[in-house]
Amino acid sequence: MDFTFTDDQLTFREAVSRFLMTEAAPERLREIWDTDTGRSPELRKNIAEQGLTALSVPEDCGGLGMDDVAWALMTQELGYYALPDSLADAAYVAAGLITALPAGTASREEWLSRIAEGSIRIAVGHPVNPLVADANPANLLLLADGDAVHAVPREQVEVEANPSIDLSRRLARVRWTPAAATLIADGESGRALWAQTLNRGVLSAAGQLLGLAQRMLDLSVDYVAQRKQFGKSIGSFQAVKHHLADVATKIEFAKPVLYRAAYALAHGEAGVDARVSHAKLACGEAAWLAARHGIQVHGAMGYTWEVDLQMFMKRAWALDASWGDRGFHKARVADAILVEGAALGPGHTFEE
Amino acid sequence: MDLAYTPRQKAFREEVRAWLAANLPREPLASYDTREGFEQHREWESKLFDARLSMVIWPEALGGRGCDLIEWLIFEEEYYGAGAPMRVNQNGQLLLGPTLIEFGTEEQKARFLPRMASSEDMWAQGWSEPNAGSDMAAITSKAILSADGTHYVVNGQKTWSTRASFADWLFGLFRSDPGSSRHHGLSYLAVPLDAPGVTIRPIQALNGKQAFAEIFFDDVKVPVENRIGDEGQGWHVAMATAGFERGLLLRSPARFQYTARKLVELYKANRELADRDPSIRDAVIEAWTGTEAYALSAYHTVGRLAKGARIGAEASTNKIYWSELDLKMHETAMRILGPFAELTGDAPEAVEAARWLDGFLFAQAGPIYAGTNEIQRNIIAERMLGLPK
Repeated sequence: MDFTFTDDQLTFREAVSRFLMTEAAPERLREIWDTDTGRSPELRKNIAEQGLTALSVPEDCGGLGMDDVAWALMTQELGYYALPDSLADAAYVAAGLITALPAGTASREEWLSRIAEGSIRIAVGHPVNPLVADANPANLLLLADGDAVHAVPREQVEVEANPSIDLSRRLARVRWTPAAATLIADGESGRALWAQTLNRGVLSAAGQLLGLAQRMLDLSVDYVAQRKQFGKSIGSFQAVKHHLADVATKIEFAKPVLYRAAYALAHGEAGVDARVSHAKLACGEAAWLAARHGIQVHGAMGYTWEVDLQMFMKRAWALDASWGDRGFHKARVADAILVEGAALGPGHTFEE
Repeated sequence: MDLAYTPRQKAFREEVRAWLAANLPREPLASYDTREGFEQHREWESKLFDARLSMVIWPEALGGRGCDLIEWLIFEEEYYGAGAPMRVNQNGQLLLGPTLIEFGTEEQKARFLPRMASSEDMWAQGWSEPNAGSDMAAITSKAILSADGTHYVVNGQKTWSTRASFADWLFGLFRSDPGSSRHHGLSYLAVPLDAPGVTIRPIQALNGKQAFAEIFFDDVKVPVENRIGDEGQGWHVAMATAGFERGLLLRSPARFQYTARKLVELYKANRELADRDPSIRDAVIEAWTGTEAYALSAYHTVGRLAKGARIGAEASTNKIYWSELDLKMHETAMRILGPFAELTGDAPEAVEAARWLDGFLFAQAGPIYAGTNEIQRNIIAERMLGLPK
């Protein structure tokens, strides 16, 4: 029993953080927000050069074969910097689905190799999301037709942009017609792929929400330490301190929930759905509280476009309902704990 | 990360489970806030001690098992999962015990620890005073060393001392340098409560029982051998204890996970009525998610400790978290029980012998004792987030 990360995993996280600190600095974020596509080819190129697109691609396809547990650290960094790129959708969520296809499925190895080298953008259209993120700049879309999974080239779908308040989220309604040529899985195996992809998408969003919560807390701590009123830092006032202490507490108790869910997914545990939904709820609540208390302690400055906080708040507000809103996830948790004979209480945190 | 228990851990769990199944009292014990219940709990503690299960994390030489913290969590899961009695001597065992192990002389360890583990000696704490609550450094009770250096003469008053009406000993902080102020000049003493000059006045708590007491010291002689740590170093010694208190040991996750399980059962048994208020279902779900998060955090912390990390100010998030969670769970139970919630254990129609009402009353104290949650939030803001005083 060891519920911690290895030194290697933590060191890797540090390295990613240092990379994103310059590549996805708030000034860069603002520049990319202002572009038509909301995406920067240069940023994507740098991400690929760092090898980040190859993280979860299996080693035999040129990747690093990183698992969900390690991704739980990565996604926090992506959230912390509000990375204006769909890296996790392609390199984590789509890569997971494609990896799970039976070896020999047409184009499987080619797609994986291209994900690893960063030369393909893949959008994932899971039915839980009415709109597809990054459908427009994608080369390939993974789309659902009932249980069936289709891999559809961009030119075969019609895309209608639906702007989000988070300018680096590019959402679209996708219209398309299923065809035999694009089918890659159906029936039982399609259902299983979508179920696993759902959990991976949820965890990706949850990790980003937790990273966003931490960023908003850090920005708020910095702000209240330097902002002075009544002759002293407003951070010395208890009302302000308590707002931020509550955020820190929420974050503290969301982290291990995220890690437990990632482990359940990586190991195909029976209770994975409830664990993953719990993680999304805990991380979403932490992020929303960090936004609410963050804007409050920033005062009027928090309500402006000029202060960086807004970019992180907007990402948090948006991601909370992506990959299933709170109602969806509460229902999944309720299903697990209210069912007859559910294994609850002391001694069931790691064993059914 | 490896979330499988080792064969040794599994075997320990099985052993504890089997022992509890064979030895748990058939009838629930009376409240430990009564003399009768207190003695029943003492008897239960001595049975636990005989099986070397009273302080599993203590070394074998002190009557423990030398368990690591994972094994301790396993023990707690089995203990509370079986619905076993509350631990009556926790203040001694979990607050003074670790302090003695860290700061006590060999003679003190031998004199105090085994009798504490077996609950032959029951310990009450002596921190708070009428004018030293959240501001603990305002302590004025004095302990003046005699001219021959053999004993202290203690005068003053302590209060909010849990179950002191029934306890044998008290540990606490006293001002040994009369010219000192705040954190300086304090010494940490163990005082026998049957010493001449000690007067104990019970305080009736919210539940009508003598859950705590105030204690008056009138020229009480305390041998110098009863000082724990150096003269004048009491604050430092006590802070180590407070760290443990706010941390993991005092409130293991299993206790709250058990409450969550009982709450889910209560909700299921009363679902039709409860669902008229949709927020109740939400609160029941949050009982499970909240207690799981607390357990996961404990395992994560324990794992990091094993790798050499130290628990810092984040321990203060624990105190806020479990106390507010516990309160919320009991509020939810009261709402589910509706008009039956107010019935005491004496009422023929009380549900589950009024365990939810008793728990609800006690849960009111959670955000107050062991450092109020407001103080904890200050600590988090100042020491974890680095905000100015």
